[in-house]
Formats: sequence, C-alpha cells, structure tokens
Amino acid sequence: MVDQSFVRTEIVPEKSAPLSEAGIVGWFKKNMFSDIPNTILTGVVLYIIFMVLGNILPWVFSPTWNSVSLTECRSILAEIGRDGHGNGGACWGVIRERWLQLMFGFYPSELYWRPVLSFLLLGVALAPVLFDRVSRKILFFTAVYPFICFWLIWGGSIWFPVSVFTGFIISYFGFVIGSKSAGSLAGVLAAMALPIIWWFVLLSPVNSALNSIIPLGSEAIDSDRLGGFMLAILIGVTGIALSLPIGILLALGRQSDLPILKGVCVCFIEFIRGVPLITLLFVASTLLNVFLPPGSNFDLILRVMIMVTLFASAYMAEVIRGGLAALPKGQYEAADSLGLDYWKAQRLIILPQALKISIPGIVSTFIGLFKDTTLVSIIGLLDPLGLSTNIRADMAWNGILWELYGFVALIFFIFCFSMSRYSMYLERKLATGH
Amino acid sequence: MTAIPDPSKQGFKFSQLLYDTRYRSMTIQIIALIGILLFFGWLINNTASNLATLGKPIQFKFLGEPASYDINQRLLDYTSRDTHLRASLIGLLNTLILAFMGCVTATVLGVAIGVMRLSKNWLVARVMTLYIETFRNIPVLLWIIIVFSIMIETMPTPSAFRSGEASMMLYDSIAITNRGVYVPEPLFSRSLGDWNLFGTSSLRFGISLDLVVILITLFVGIFASRKVKKNADKIQNETGMRPTTWWKRLSLIIFPVAIILWILGLYLGYPELKGFNFKGGTYMRNSLIALWVALSLYTAAFIAENVRAGIQAVSKGQSEAAHALGISSSRTMSLVILPQALRIIIPPLISQYLNLTKNSSLAIAVGYMDLTGTLMGITLNQTGRELETVLMGMAVYLAISLAISSVMNWYNNSVKLVER
Repeated sequence: MVDQSFVRTEIVPEKSAPLSEAGIVGWFKKNMFSDIPNTILTGVVLYIIFMVLGNILPWVFSPTWNSVSLTECRSILAEIGRDGHGNGGACWGVIRERWLQLMFGFYPSELYWRPVLSFLLLGVALAPVLFDRVSRKILFFTAVYPFICFWLIWGGSIWFPVSVFTGFIISYFGFVIGSKSAGSLAGVLAAMALPIIWWFVLLSPVNSALNSIIPLGSEAIDSDRLGGFMLAILIGVTGIALSLPIGILLALGRQSDLPILKGVCVCFIEFIRGVPLITLLFVASTLLNVFLPPGSNFDLILRVMIMVTLFASAYMAEVIRGGLAALPKGQYEAADSLGLDYWKAQRLIILPQALKISIPGIVSTFIGLFKDTTLVSIIGLLDPLGLSTNIRADMAWNGILWELYGFVALIFFIFCFSMSRYSMYLERKLATGH
Repeated sequence: MTAIPDPSKQGFKFSQLLYDTRYRSMTIQIIALIGILLFFGWLINNTASNLATLGKPIQFKFLGEPASYDINQRLLDYTSRDTHLRASLIGLLNTLILAFMGCVTATVLGVAIGVMRLSKNWLVARVMTLYIETFRNIPVLLWIIIVFSIMIETMPTPSAFRSGEASMMLYDSIAITNRGVYVPEPLFSRSLGDWNLFGTSSLRFGISLDLVVILITLFVGIFASRKVKKNADKIQNETGMRPTTWWKRLSLIIFPVAIILWILGLYLGYPELKGFNFKGGTYMRNSLIALWVALSLYTAAFIAENVRAGIQAVSKGQSEAAHALGISSSRTMSLVILPQALRIIIPPLISQYLNLTKNSSLAIAVGYMDLTGTLMGITLNQTGRELETVLMGMAVYLAISLAISSVMNWYNNSVKLVER
C-alpha cells in the first residue's frame, strides 16, 4: 500500500491578501461599497457632492478681483460668456475693496499699525499660556498686555492705563505687606481695599497731575470708529480672558458649603443662563446707565464687554461645576487629610484636575462666546455683520450677498475651528489616563 | 495623659469670629450678604434717582395703551388699535411657535445626522462631519441672515406665479415666494367654533374646539393602544408567544381621529393668487421660514454631536451581548442601545432646546415679530420705557427657560437609571 499521506516539509511563503480585500480597492469595498444599501448611499452622496461642487467651483473661480462695482462684475462675466445677470460668478471686487473695512471698521487707515501691532503682541502674550515650550518669563508681559492693548487701540493719554495698572501693583504689595504684618486675612482685605481707594479716589487727580506735567500720549480714537473683526476679537478676547476666572469663582461658590454664597451664585448663574444674550445687550445699550450713578456715562463697547463677560462666565461656571462634580470624592478627602486649607486644596489639587476634565466644555464656551460677538450688530455696533449690511446698502455693491457673507463666515470658521482643534491638542497633551 | 482643654470653655473671644472655623464661615457669609445688599441698594438708589431725573417713574400703564403698530405674523386676532400688552402676547406666541417648530425639526435632523455620522460608510460619515463642523463654527446670526437673504433674493415674487415663470408645488398646494410660504390650511365645514377666553380684554384667546375634540380623540386612541400593548405583554409573559398587535394598535389611533375629522367635515383651504398676492391657506412669512430653517440646521449640528456621543457611550459589550442572545440588529438598536443612549442624550438635548429658544430672540435681526421684536423692540421705542419692557422681557424668557428645563428634568428623572 502506497502511503498517500502528504506532509508538507517546508513553510509556504506568505501571500498578500487578495486584491479585492487589500490596498485601495479593498478599502473602497469595505468602507463605501460593502453591501447594496451602502453602495446606493455612496452613489447618492457622490451625486450630491458632484452637484454642489459643480455649482460652487465655477462660481468661486471668477475673474472679478479688480472690479469696483457689481455692474462692472456682471459685465466682465457677460464678456467671458457667463450668465451676466444672476449667479454667473462671484464678484470678488467687493472683498478687495472692503476687506480692510471688514477687518478694522472705520479705524483711521494711517493708524492701522496700532491694531495690527496689538494683535501681534496678543500672539506673544498668549504664547506662554497656550504652549508650555515658551519661556515662563513672558507671562509678565501677558499680565501687562491688556493695558498696552487698550492704549494701542483707543489711544489717548498713556497715564490712564498706567495708573489703572498701578492699582494692581498696589493690591499686590498690600497683600504681601498685610499678610506679613497681620495674617493672611488682613492681606486679602488690604489687597481688596487699597486698589479700590486708589481707583475711585486718587486715580483721577493723580492722572490729571501726571498729564499736565508730562503729557505723553497718542491720538485718541473714538469707540464708534472701531469695528469689523477687530471689534469681534476685542470683545471675544476680553470675554474669554475675564469669564474664566469669574466662572471658576462662581463654580466654587455654587459648590461651597456656605448657603448664602451658594444661593447668590445659583441665582446669578440661573438668571443669566435663562435669558438670551440679546436681552443682556439691550440692558447694556439702554439700561446700564440707569443703574449706574447719575452722570456716569461710559463707552458702549465697554458696556457690551461687561455684559458679554457676565454672560459667558455663567456658562463657564456650569462647565467647571461639571468638572468639579466629576472629580472623585477621594481627591477632596485626600486634600483635607493633608491638612490643606480651602484655597490651597482648590489650587493645588481640585482645580487642576477639574479644569482638565472640563477643557472641551471650556473651549466650546469660548467658541460660543466668539460667535456671539456677532449679536452686537443688533444694537448698532459695526461688527463684521453690521458692516456687511452697510456695504450691501452701498450703491455700488447693492445686491451682493454670497461673497460678503461667505468671507465673514470663512473667517469665523477659521477662528472657531482652530480653537476646537487646539482644545483637542490640549486634551491629548494633558491626558494622563491609562 | 494630658487632656486637651475644650476651647469653648475659655469663653468667647472676638477673634474667634475670624480664626475659629466654626464661626468663620458665618462671618464670611454675613460680610458677603451685607456687601451684596449694599450693592443692590446702591443699584436701586441709582436707578431711583436716575428715573426721577428723567421723570419716568416705574409704571406699567403703557401696557394698556394702543400699540399702533402692525404685526404681520400672528396666531390670534390683532389690529394696530390693540394694546401693547396684546402685542407682547402675540410676540410671545410667535416666540413659542418658532421655538416649538425649531425644536421638532432640529431633533429629527440632529438624530439622523448623528446616526449617519457613525455610519460604516466612510463617505457619509465624512460628509456629516463636514456638515457638523461647518454649522457649529459659524455664528447662528450669520446663518439666519444668509437664509433670509436667500429667501428674499432667489425666491420668485408672487407676480412671477401669474406670468407663469414660477409654479406652485405639490399639485398647486404650496407656494414658495420671496414674501413667504403659503401652505394649505385645514378647515372644517361643520366646525364647532371657538371657545373664547377672557372676553374682549387684551388677553382674549380663542381655542378652537375642533382641535380640542381631535386631541381628546387622539389621546383616547393612544391610551387604548397602550392597553392593547399591556395585554400583549401579559400574554407574552404567560405563554411566551407575542400576539401580533401592530395593526390593532395603529387602527385604534388612526380610525377614531379619521372618523372625527370626517364628522367635522375636514377640507383643505388652498392658497390662491388674487391680485398682487396669494390669499387663503396658512401664510408663513419669509422671516419665520428663515429663522426656522437656520435655527433647525444650526441646532441640529449640536444635537447630532450629542446623539453621537450618547450612542458611543453605550459600551460595546451591550450590543455584543444582545447579538449573543440572538437579537436582530434592528431590535438591538431599539431595545438595547437606544434606551441606554437616550439617558445620556437627554440632558444635553434639553440644553440645546433651551439654546434654540433663546436664539429665537435673534428674530429681531430679520424682522420677525417675536417677544424681542414687539415688547423689547417697537414697544420700547414707542413708549420709551426701557426699564419696564426689558425687565418684563427678561422675566418672560426666564420663565420659559425654567419651564422647559423643569419639564425636561421631570422627563429625565423618569427615564433615569435607578442605581443602588
């Protein structure tokens, strides 16, 4: 009997996967054409994409960059054989002519360097906050930056921002000296009381004295000349910078054991979250002067900034409260058992973890705040949307629509999208999970 | 052994108010309370003296004065001779109807997009991601204005329908014009009439009895259908076989309503072109349509992310366990995944509804007469009563928000997982 059993003595070389399963074909088969419904879906989506792109792309590529009015655009388009009446192509002339206005509003054009410089300095000031590879020493500049920015954009006497900043220095020294001589509570009280005295009593005489002795300053710019994306960024950045600390305090207040403080924080947060931002802006534009001492009349942009900050800080408080609630109770107990007092426990143990958990929420609040700056166009400020309405009312550009709104939307998209990508980077960087 | 003396026996010292943790919190709170009261006192004092200088003491008499402005989108009867209070009521109803319409469509769209975002089809998932990112990163006000401009500038004028350049849709029943959209309205030839509340006051309110009867019938039908389901559950528990009930349940809901509609004599009033404009049918202004579309699309992007997060949060073991039990994948979705995902989705969904309601106040940008447009818009400008109108408007929005969140919290509690 012949032994017919077959034993393979050598290893068969590995074969690559069949062509229909591997490589690009396999990927397509798996991800787009796996079964009949999937194939139909892919076909439908491809058709929609084709239709949309087929309409948008020829419209976008339109040789109208140098035109000076909509009529000229249309005649250019008619010359090259496109539909000269309706949507034959975009009219990019409006962007070329008005993009500086969309950026700066009615800011005097010979002084454009001032907002540009403050925007560049904003990048420097933000660098140590955003990326930890940047030297910590720049943080001092970050602290001074708001005053530089204020002076650069609004101009006027240099002594006003300097003396307001002096208030913070006084507060710091008050804290150091007070807490050394009479305990931490006295330090806190001194840090709070001294700058208030400085700002409300001493500031204006000192200011006018300095102005008369050394009149240093630059050309002052009226608030109603500010506009465009500069205004949106100004309101947005102020709101972002101030709403985080206020939101943290509100969240801590809402989580605290002190019933009166807790009640006040809850009322504030729920009230602000219960009303639309536009009503708060109405308060800023019509009512805030009624609430303040008779005769005080300060700038509409400043009033709007206050209201936007309050609005954002209520939302921020809820986001951070979520982070605080998500921390395991053991963290609080561990801090207590180490003998840390309330503020030390919050600063060293609770907040770093709670803030890390709430990064996505914090950043989406920031994005929401930046998008909400468009609402100021309703109360008459000239943000990009308000300016678009202005430009559309111009005789030369009457009837223009997609180009302007598309441009504004694109810039908002770039800002907001990069913020959300940054938050993802931050989450990955800070992830200590297992 | 040394005994630690009890500090309270040493008598109360004033410094204990600051340095003894038992009293310190009380001290801090009382100081804070005094500070807050002082702050509010300061505000009220300022307000009083400012109002006295302006000669405008707080009073609400203006609400009873004739509004003398027109509202072109309304649910109740209103003329410009009606009072400011009635104008505000019309505005409030406009806000509510916009919010309701927006919430319904945003939920439908958002759930569909959120599920498609998780599709196995790469292309579909990418396109949905693109949709979500585009809508989330561009301000809602911009969307509202864009949709509104499209409505005005690209839709045909009513006269285009006369010359035949444009035509109505769906067998001549829907007309989309640049002034708004006309859809057929349901009318009843044997109508029961209205039930008028509050006589002829500013708050007069007519409730259509037809609608009441239809709703009652619908609820009775739903109740009966639930009875059938319970009965089927019982039979299934006893015998292990589930009787087929879907046709019974469906007909219990549909037939009574259909019979009532037939008794009332339902017919549709179609919009017709008369003169320069359409007459008849239900008219939805272009501003309402623009707000509805823009708010729905915008909020749908957020809801889609919530839905995606909710579905992804259900652990994979759940669906694997369901498959191991031999449950089909569609039933796995409806019986295992969705009930658990819903519990995660609902709280953020509530806040999206709230956001939509609050964003509906942007109606003022396109001239839709909602609460902001009437009470805090024209009424404010005509009467010059900033304090009263703005505070009233805020109070109403606050009440709406609190009502929505309490209803939704109640629902949330009823579906909440009862843990040990």
